[in-house]
Amino acid sequence: MTNLFLLQLLNGVQLGILLFLVAAGLTLIFGIMDFINIAHGVLYMVGAYLVATFAAMTGTFWLGLLIALPAVVAFGLFLEFFLFRRLYDRSHLDQVLATFGLMLILTEGVRMIWGSSPIFVPVPDALSGSIRLLGIINYPVYRIAIIAAGFAVAIGLYVLISHTRAGMLLRAGASNRPMVSALGVNITWLFAAVFAFGAMLAGFAGAMVAPVLSVDPGMGESVLILAFVVVVIGGIGSVKGAFVAAIVVGVVDTMGRTFGPILLQMVLDPSAASQTGRTLAPMLIYILMALVLAIRPSGLFGRRGAA
Amino acid sequence: MRTAWQTLAALAASTALVAGTAQAQDVKVGLVFTLSGPAAALGEQGRNGFMLAVEQLGGLGGLEATISEVDDEQQPDVAAGRVRELVQREEKQFIVGPIFSNILQAIMRPALDGGAFMISPNAGTSNYAGAECNENFFVTSYQNDQSHEVMGAYAEREGFESIFLLAPNYQAGRDSLAGVKRQFSGTVLSETYTPLGQLDFSGELAQIAALQPDAVFAFMPGGMGVNLVRQYEQAGLGEIPFLSAFTVDESTLSGQQAAALGKLAGANWAPDFDSDHSREFVAAYEERYGAIPGTYAMQAYDAAMLIDSAIRAVDGDLSDMDALRDALRQADFDSLRGNFRFNHNHYPIQDFYLTGVVQRDDGAFHTSILEKIFEDYADYYADACEMEW
Repeated sequence: MTNLFLLQLLNGVQLGILLFLVAAGLTLIFGIMDFINIAHGVLYMVGAYLVATFAAMTGTFWLGLLIALPAVVAFGLFLEFFLFRRLYDRSHLDQVLATFGLMLILTEGVRMIWGSSPIFVPVPDALSGSIRLLGIINYPVYRIAIIAAGFAVAIGLYVLISHTRAGMLLRAGASNRPMVSALGVNITWLFAAVFAFGAMLAGFAGAMVAPVLSVDPGMGESVLILAFVVVVIGGIGSVKGAFVAAIVVGVVDTMGRTFGPILLQMVLDPSAASQTGRTLAPMLIYILMALVLAIRPSGLFGRRGAA
Repeated sequence: MRTAWQTLAALAASTALVAGTAQAQDVKVGLVFTLSGPAAALGEQGRNGFMLAVEQLGGLGGLEATISEVDDEQQPDVAAGRVRELVQREEKQFIVGPIFSNILQAIMRPALDGGAFMISPNAGTSNYAGAECNENFFVTSYQNDQSHEVMGAYAEREGFESIFLLAPNYQAGRDSLAGVKRQFSGTVLSETYTPLGQLDFSGELAQIAALQPDAVFAFMPGGMGVNLVRQYEQAGLGEIPFLSAFTVDESTLSGQQAAALGKLAGANWAPDFDSDHSREFVAAYEERYGAIPGTYAMQAYDAAMLIDSAIRAVDGDLSDMDALRDALRQADFDSLRGNFRFNHNHYPIQDFYLTGVVQRDDGAFHTSILEKIFEDYADYYADACEMEW
């Protein structure tokens, strides 16, 4: 049981890391630009498809990743320049409608280009197989690599946001946008940069997950909802909050899925226990969200009074 | 979009058909397969297998064959509507399909009420094998539980003491695990049901690692199976025997590749089946469609051969349903799997095999027959069927 607990903890952290990568961009865009981007999950999906395509073309995952990341950034900038820029001054409802429509169009576009059958990306040789962690526990090397890469990105983000001039502008933008603009900072440039950066993180998450999960047109939607939950729990605009909330959500979700049915099996038959456990497990996250919001209405690391 | 085109194509085909009927008698067949979504590969195999037979025969039973194919989109309501159209507007005499059991349940009534023969080249649910068996419904595949029973019997014979069972949480998943348990008397450590369509199995694999069972049995068709097998290898569980049904086959191997080596499955046929007829079929299918056929293609090919044999037996007279039914019951065709006849409930009595995965010299992976597990195997539910002939 201890082994299982440790393994699931790792699985939970790994899910949390992926959620963090998606949610970090989402929370920055939401917090700094006051812009709700329902199409953010699409960037995650596009990242996965691009790495699948480029890895197949070049023959190696790493080269594929190297080409896919700038491509996702370019795609993000393209969207920002031609569409999102026109939506910043509109109401949230307009933004939701436009980006939701965009999500449908892009998902269908991906289906037309790559087909609806899932695509599979081989695990890079250097990271294939598994290693023995504790006693009899084996854990896939690749999933450890995802965790390591995620933590590296988190540390990089921390340094960028807390200790650089660009990060200072980001923080300033998140707390008082008109003031930053009045001080002569080029807001248009800042917004485009934030957007490109968020796109890259989401694309990176998609690219990392491609060798573990199959790449299919529905993958963006499933992660987007969880990412929004993470943003709300963590506090809008706070990258630190997104990190803590993502890990918590990942662990709670994974633990609930595993130990819920096990505990329920003591009182119910397996099929019913599994069914009930799996209905309850996804609810845990929302219960958590409700609790956090009841105690801290602006999220764990959100500023009091901020929207 | 895709469905709209297919509907258009079907419409075009049906108008062409109305114009053509005046000249000569032909046989009208409607194919219902899942041709879009993650499971499209299975439906494509079925469609291709059937069409290959029709091409080789130059029709069906010596008659011109007008065939329209529809995509059920793996949605029961969509499938029911399309089948109703096939039998009512296009007056199809045979409906061939589908892949999935829940679709079968939905299209059975529309097809039979429309006066057509219904031939399933894959789905074989327990209710239609038992109390709800129907004189106009034939199955050229198997009863759903049987491939799972093969693995249960194998686990029993190998003397595994504990097993971990894994299936999606829907009717076929629950039937599958029931089939395994019917044959296996050891300890079932866990019966884990995952949501249909789950792709990350890290939680379940962690449980397997913690429980260390003697063997794992999984029923995870299509994309789920590809992910499960790949992650199973990544998690380093390769030493635990992996038994399965519809999880490691020609529809999933292109995604699983080497990760599938050593995985076992239960099936009624494999592409290396030892007969000239079967070898010719595999070669012709590969030549025509550029892929190795699996059981889905084989069973649909046999469905076309069955229809062909029945029409020949009645000399092309499609008006007499009773004579046609008697002819179908004889199953007077050379099945690709050799030993094949119908039980009184119109489900096959056939042999079942343990299969493994091999890599051919050209690099392609396919399943391979390791040994025969059941001979002349009839299904468990036939006793409940009151039909006699």
